[in-house]
Amino acid sequence: MSTLHFERQIKYESELDSQFPKEIMEIPGGEHLATCIQCGTCSGACPLSIYMDHSPRKIIAMTRAGFKDDVLDSRTIWLCASCYSCTVECPKQIKITDTMYALKRKAIKENRYPKGFPVPVLAREFFGIVKKTGRNNERNLLLKLYLKTNVLRLFKQIPIGLKLFFKGRLGLKSEKIKKTKQLQTLLDAVERRTS
Amino acid sequence: MSYLYFPGCSLKETGKSYDESLRAIFAKLEIPLVELPDWNCCGATSYMAVNEMKAYALAARNLALAEETSESEVNVVAPCSACYMVLSKVQKYMDEFSEISDTIHGALSDAGLKYTGKVKMRHPLDVIVNDFGLAALHQKIAQPLEGMKIACYYGCQLVRPYAEFDDQDDPQTMDLILQTLGAETVDWPLKTRCCGGTLTGTVENVGLRLNDILLKEAQKRGANAIATACSLCQFNLECYQNKIQKNYGTENVPVAYFTQIIGMALGLDDKDLGLHRSFVPFSKDLIKGGAHVHA
Repeated sequence: MSTLHFERQIKYESELDSQFPKEIMEIPGGEHLATCIQCGTCSGACPLSIYMDHSPRKIIAMTRAGFKDDVLDSRTIWLCASCYSCTVECPKQIKITDTMYALKRKAIKENRYPKGFPVPVLAREFFGIVKKTGRNNERNLLLKLYLKTNVLRLFKQIPIGLKLFFKGRLGLKSEKIKKTKQLQTLLDAVERRTS
Repeated sequence: MSYLYFPGCSLKETGKSYDESLRAIFAKLEIPLVELPDWNCCGATSYMAVNEMKAYALAARNLALAEETSESEVNVVAPCSACYMVLSKVQKYMDEFSEISDTIHGALSDAGLKYTGKVKMRHPLDVIVNDFGLAALHQKIAQPLEGMKIACYYGCQLVRPYAEFDDQDDPQTMDLILQTLGAETVDWPLKTRCCGGTLTGTVENVGLRLNDILLKEAQKRGANAIATACSLCQFNLECYQNKIQKNYGTENVPVAYFTQIIGMALGLDDKDLGLHRSFVPFSKDLIKGGAHVHA
């Protein structure tokens, strides 16, 4: 007969990261996060909460308390589709969608997501394409996404891609703005002013 | 009054028929529409997940370009919900938070641009109801939409969180327009429930299910067609119907942009409205009642 093994289920305060909530609350209007009353309206309003490992309410409580690892490793932040249901319903005016963005940025910056997980890869590739040409290109974006995450999925998407092509909804030429240099100067200026 | 047009990236590709039908109905209604020169991507939802301040700057360049075209206030029409929301958001945040406006004004000036706050963001629904007017629209009917039972789907980012032209929970503008044109619109509770956006491409099983819920509920409420106001909603709800049908046994239903449906009532050609680009045919048969859909 094996011996029962017990593990502590609650974290000690010393294991939490007190800097983490401060960093997340740096976003404009982020200070409201501290006023959350844990009513759960956000979780109830969220059409994706049934797929999440931690509900939006819990993510807010964990962020505020400094559970950095649990929050950044959670699937929740990648399922948020930015529909703003939670934000408009929150009785404490917490910008929950913006908070989810801040958490996504933190996870992307620290490279903390499962390798090949498509949501952050999509965000990064989108960022790259727009930085270069000033416009998104749906064909290139999806090609890059599936090549970097799931090549099999690329093959599975061929029928829908062909159908879009024959309906004239997926062209071969890429859109580009004329003043790409001006856009680059603008983004560089932001980089300089924020670093 | 003339309007500056911000099409956004999707309307150049998968959402081409939104662009075609919008231009066609504005021309028919004699509402001047001029494309904003050299506009860039609004940043949508992905850009913000990588860099916050660059996302605001990217969107703000469009506002500055719009202002260059006129001395007075400019009305910018953005049909895509994401574009409309992002451009409205950067305006609001520049007003509300000095740390954003200081950085963005500074960066714009480094790039030889300037934004002083003279842009008014408009959605085509808002322009048609509040500027053109429903009574004037009624005068233009060539083919009343009798027999069409439409579920108006507004999606998430259009009326939430910043739009002031319609109600956040139970928006009405699309319903009023289509009713004016003779269609019946069904009462359904999922008008503004999210379609999942890019999740159909990234976490497919979740994305498909969200759309399945919308398709089933619309049909349960008696709709024989769905009207949308966003290129990503339209793409998700229409182009994935085969997969959704295979996974969940959902019946096919045509999904068109509200601008395409307006165009039908104005008597415009299917081709001018981009109706030949549909995956699930949206034909004039619907007008005399009963869906004749061959998936």
